[in-house]
Amino acid sequence: MGALTSYRLRLQRKRWHLRARRKSRELKVLKDRTKQIKPNDILLFSTFRNEDVRLPYFFKYYRDLGVDHFIMVDNESTDGGGEYAASQDDVSIWRARGSYRKSRFGVDWLNHLQRKYADGHWTLVVDPDEFFVYPFCDTRPIRALTDWLDASDIRSFGAMLLDMYPKGPMDAVPYKRGQNPIDIASWFDSGNYTISKNHLYYNLWIQGGPRARMFFKDEPWRAPALNKTPLIKWRNEYAYVSSTHMVLPRGLNLVYDEWGGEKASGVLLHAKFIDTFADKAKEELERNEHYANSKEYIAYADGIATHPDLWCKWSEKYINWRQLEILGLMSKGNWA
Amino acid sequence: MSVGVVMLVHNAFHRAEQVVRHWAAGGCPVVIHVDKNVGKEAYDEFVKKLSGVPDVLFSKRHRCEWGMWGLVAASQSASSLLLEKFPDVRHVYLASGSCLPLRPVKDLKTYLENRPRTDFIESATTADVPWTQGGLDFERFTLRFPFSWRKNRFLFDRYVDFQRRLKIFRRMPDGIVPHMGSQWWCLTRQTLSAILEDPDRGVYDRYFKRVWIPDESYFQTLVRLYSQNIESRSLTLSKFDYQGKPHIFYDDHLQLLRRSDCFVARKIWPNADRLYDNFLNEENPMKGAEPNPGKIDRIFSKAVERRTRGRAGLYMQSRLPREGHENGFTSSPYSVFEGFAELFEDFEPWLARMTGTRVHGHLYDKTRVEFEGRQETFSGAMSDNAKMRDHHAQLFLINLIWNTRGERQCFQFGPSDSQFISWDLAKDPNAQISVISGAWAIPLFLSNRNFSDIRADAADLQRIESEHLNALRSPYAKARIRIWSLAEFIETPMEALQTVLDEMGVKNMRRVTEAPKMVDLTGFGQFLQNLKNQGMHPYLMGDFPNESAPVVQRPTRRKPYLVR
Repeated sequence: MGALTSYRLRLQRKRWHLRARRKSRELKVLKDRTKQIKPNDILLFSTFRNEDVRLPYFFKYYRDLGVDHFIMVDNESTDGGGEYAASQDDVSIWRARGSYRKSRFGVDWLNHLQRKYADGHWTLVVDPDEFFVYPFCDTRPIRALTDWLDASDIRSFGAMLLDMYPKGPMDAVPYKRGQNPIDIASWFDSGNYTISKNHLYYNLWIQGGPRARMFFKDEPWRAPALNKTPLIKWRNEYAYVSSTHMVLPRGLNLVYDEWGGEKASGVLLHAKFIDTFADKAKEELERNEHYANSKEYIAYADGIATHPDLWCKWSEKYINWRQLEILGLMSKGNWA
Repeated sequence: MSVGVVMLVHNAFHRAEQVVRHWAAGGCPVVIHVDKNVGKEAYDEFVKKLSGVPDVLFSKRHRCEWGMWGLVAASQSASSLLLEKFPDVRHVYLASGSCLPLRPVKDLKTYLENRPRTDFIESATTADVPWTQGGLDFERFTLRFPFSWRKNRFLFDRYVDFQRRLKIFRRMPDGIVPHMGSQWWCLTRQTLSAILEDPDRGVYDRYFKRVWIPDESYFQTLVRLYSQNIESRSLTLSKFDYQGKPHIFYDDHLQLLRRSDCFVARKIWPNADRLYDNFLNEENPMKGAEPNPGKIDRIFSKAVERRTRGRAGLYMQSRLPREGHENGFTSSPYSVFEGFAELFEDFEPWLARMTGTRVHGHLYDKTRVEFEGRQETFSGAMSDNAKMRDHHAQLFLINLIWNTRGERQCFQFGPSDSQFISWDLAKDPNAQISVISGAWAIPLFLSNRNFSDIRADAADLQRIESEHLNALRSPYAKARIRIWSLAEFIETPMEALQTVLDEMGVKNMRRVTEAPKMVDLTGFGQFLQNLKNQGMHPYLMGDFPNESAPVVQRPTRRKPYLVR
């Protein structure tokens, strides 16, 4: 039984690889600087569309953490974001013509590029509105973390998506280019998350947060998944299955301890809900290219007149990673 | 020239070079062993860079792998060379390339000069300490380990199994008692040369070549044969995690390391610039004489505890304990009241007043979560939506108790609520459950509904509550449970309440002076009797006195008083 399941998953993994290869035909190189990549470099992979205004801070944040090279896919941006990214010295960028949805939300494109460039590297896969926070991130660069993971024989590192939101209507404070979006969307839900385990892929399925609380009240089981495994020491044979929620081989999904202990983990601060969200919502709704039939966009569009406020009096204001550690949203594990 | 350093290096050569220069500048000769796995170019470059430094030698290279003999061979060759080439050396300090001297070399010299005959080596018998990993404590001396644990885990495990099954044991060489300890030592010339020049060394070497992790036991065992004065501790500050891997020091440990007063720390992250800059350039950063790693010890043992036991009552992305491994289903004690809010009109505010705790209504009510004050959200931004709660009823409770750490929670529960949590409550040692069984009949009694509906509801509620009571009375129940039947309870309500509140351990509790207001139960006995008469026997409330039996009596007519 176990062997059979493993074999089935192995076939599935091969299928994702094939699919990635097929979808790679949609990619056209915009700027290729992958020759600069040195053997131990930490790489970041990302897909984006019309995120030009967010990119400057995104690059700054991850450069400061110690990411060495960015490999990006621009899904037909019309705001010049692709050109801006291509002008950066540490960015290699491709332009994807196809449908975001049909490339399984960018996973196929990135799987292809990861197979091509990431073998043997620590890779971080994040969106431009996700900011990786890990234990001691204020004093230790990301290299310290990956060195420690290497020394502990750990291949993957989990980081839950934490939805951040502003107090008051989302469009009250306009986001300025280069600004830290967490300064605007600085609130989060600290303790309303539910967890269950996927017994086939071994990954956890975490739901909750403001989106579940506001948009999925009546169908909580449809709320978006928040578990992610964004940092992996990539090997050619690996493949992301659904966004960064699930990876194959499934052993990589075991980023949690089942015997009472805590493994080290981080958080992805998700700064989606700022003023740009309204435009995004309108556009995405027309394109219908998002998860769960863009349910949250619909809900938002419905409520545009009412200006939904995700904030409630029990919301927590973000301070630093230690706060998240104490609240139990992430853990230092045995890293001290 | 009283101290010589043997340094084992396998990577981060620029850091090793810095430290070698530091030792040499302090007047210590250094013999370096470079792992044979290191490529020729890197090695040559390293040698070239250190060529100008006086009293630095390179020893014969061995292939080193964790847990294998190579590390011992390396220490042997390097220390032999050191003892041979530098006859003035009195103490030999074994260090690695990622060790960092925290105190000036002068300090270490003085310290060792004052203890000329002392060997600093951690050495404990295996029988007495449970340090080891993977159950191989004594067996590491009695089995053979030809396969690498890192590269050939499968063969390693199979071969161990095989030897255990066939009961194949090795004989230890005569006269030695196995000891273990940290591999970083500081030995006197006398002791070290006695070990290295022992006529039986061939025998010992052959034996230890097949012992697992010999670098933690070779010198530690043999030193017991020769040393006159063993101080069983390492001068190198080195902490291990639960898998036996060394903890690593970073820039943010600077203050901790400064205050530790240790001579050498291991292992330092090669990119910890601040640590290297500070400790290799500072004049005399520390005052104390004796190393005092207490604070660092605490931090690292806490880290190990967090990794192995975790925080009780926390379920999160990297901690999802299986049943039975929770180390506490919830994080702190809480109280569940069943039937109290039905029997007393103002039970919630009364309880909050008496105990100062947070008192909720029916958290598992089917229509909505009745948080205290019927708020729409609660601590941790939990929603009052019943569907969201029932989506994961267990985590709802776990989250609630976790979010309100430091404040005791009380809530109402009953058969009309959603029952997903019933067993979890019963099994949770943190739960204090007080039940007035049968009190669900009171709202029915007070309601203004058709009797047939009431009867159907009563049957349902009675069935649900009796299932719940079965859970509470099962052998798996670990909660603190008290169950009264309604009839029992109303006989002495104040005493019962007093017991419950006492058990909650509320501070500065006075005697309960003010009683909550009980609902008017006149006619309740009759109500129950009516249910009975309809064939629905309510038994959970106990024997309720039926105060007005419906006997149709003819008014007694006075006997005519006749006087004849």
